[in-house]
Amino acid sequence: MTPSRRTVALVAGVLVLGLVPVAAALFNQPFYIDLFRRIMIFAIAALSLDLILGYGGMVSFGHAAYLGIGGYAVGILTHHGVPNGYLQWSLAILASALIALVIGAISIRTSGVYFIMITLAFTQMLYYLGISIEEYGGDDGMRLARRSQFPGVIDLSDATAFYYLVLGILVLFLFLSHRIVNARFGMVIRAARSNEARTLAIGFAPYRYKLAAFVIAGAMGGVAGALLVNHTEYLTPEFMHWTRSGEIMFMVILGGMGTLVGPLVGALVLLLLEDVLSAWTVHWQIILGPFLVLVVLFGKRGLVSLLPGGAGRG
Amino acid sequence: MAEPLLEIRGVTKRFGGLVATNHVDLDIVEGQTHALIGPNGAGKTTLIGQLAGELRPDAGRIRFGGEDITGLSTPARSIRGLARSFQITSVFREFTALDNVALAVQAHAGSSFRFWRPAGSDPALRTPALEILQAVGLGPRADVSAASLAHGEQRQLEIAMVLATRPRLLLLDEPMAGMGAEESQRMIAFLRGLKGRHTILLVEHDMDAVFALADRISVMVYGRLIATGAPEDVRANPDVRQAYLGEEESP
Repeated sequence: MTPSRRTVALVAGVLVLGLVPVAAALFNQPFYIDLFRRIMIFAIAALSLDLILGYGGMVSFGHAAYLGIGGYAVGILTHHGVPNGYLQWSLAILASALIALVIGAISIRTSGVYFIMITLAFTQMLYYLGISIEEYGGDDGMRLARRSQFPGVIDLSDATAFYYLVLGILVLFLFLSHRIVNARFGMVIRAARSNEARTLAIGFAPYRYKLAAFVIAGAMGGVAGALLVNHTEYLTPEFMHWTRSGEIMFMVILGGMGTLVGPLVGALVLLLLEDVLSAWTVHWQIILGPFLVLVVLFGKRGLVSLLPGGAGRG
Repeated sequence: MAEPLLEIRGVTKRFGGLVATNHVDLDIVEGQTHALIGPNGAGKTTLIGQLAGELRPDAGRIRFGGEDITGLSTPARSIRGLARSFQITSVFREFTALDNVALAVQAHAGSSFRFWRPAGSDPALRTPALEILQAVGLGPRADVSAASLAHGEQRQLEIAMVLATRPRLLLLDEPMAGMGAEESQRMIAFLRGLKGRHTILLVEHDMDAVFALADRISVMVYGRLIATGAPEDVRANPDVRQAYLGEEESP
């Protein structure tokens, strides 16, 4: 079987991302390492959302919650003098998974607009919780004194090393997601998205599977949060702002829901455009807005569907 | 006499002032094809919905294989061997025909908390699914997406999914709906092949199909069963002739 164009695009994209630090060194533009690292971190967040949104049909409008939980897990431990990265990132994953379990257990019983509103409401609660805790900077947030420490393994203060770690995690999550959505587990949540009544009638009780997917997506989002706070070296409740949830959702829709390469494409296009346009004019959103509307209108299945041969599965 | 496979006792369902199912008592005997007929709006689909677990009756009990299933969910009933097809075609449109049937096989092959092995190349799912597709005549169309199948093929696919759950009782809600004459004949021939090996409750408007297939017939009018019996008795029943068959010539 020949690989689909979408797979080719994905592999090519990952290779190009791998060359960014080389190009940045060549042209003496270290800024690009920073920009593309940020893009990849958001691509991880968008990929995790796509698992439940694109494959599972769960329109979570609160996915920024896990960026916040992952960020706070790292920030709080550092604040209390525990810079150990293994502990910090484990806490980020566990706390995100646990909170996703609670949010999911309640919200998955609903559907449609109610699901959207409940996931949004939970994230707003966490956002206001972040604002209210003065110990961790409250509204203003707080500086991360030092990045997560993995002594003897990797030094995150090395921009290039940190870059490749993020790329490695992105590739790992792409691979894990690929296995998950094509395994029996993934088939159940995709079936439930496609036709819930049929899924029940053939004997699946999809609730448990959808909840498990929700928890997996939350844990992956938590990793993105731990990466993000190390990237910005600053912890703020803004990680969990509802516009952030909207941005991540937009990346998924822009790139192509229910595809693995879509969230990566969406994060790349959205954040690059933001970067280019904002350097050009302060009114960049006036240009970005209509562009996004056009993509949604004419590429109903996202930018990925505009790839030649992109309408197929994969 | 042996206990019937399905026992419906006093089942009642109201929607506001409308009594859609009115104290229905019905037994389905193992191995028989039992047709449920009646005019539009008689409440046939509502009764099927209660048997499949999509609707809860307001009163009455349903026993299946000796077990009271009145309170069980739809998937729990499917696992016990109750399988339904829908009046309006209901398949997984984005998936291929083979994927559709493989999903039905998977639902009855233990837990699906399996995260690693691709389901699309799992012979434990694909082999039985392909056999069933071939049996319903869709073998050559296995890799076509369900959305691209013709209407009649989608109906066949639904039957294939029903069979893939290895049911003890098939609830078929107008399997011939929307089919052309030729397609209907093929479906009747196929269902005749299932007769005896499977127990079937068949809701159908097509009287040719009903009299060709049914061992017993029940007639429903305004939520009530007005007659149950062998086809010739039902055909001769004056109430039935007046309420339902009245406008048709006796063949």
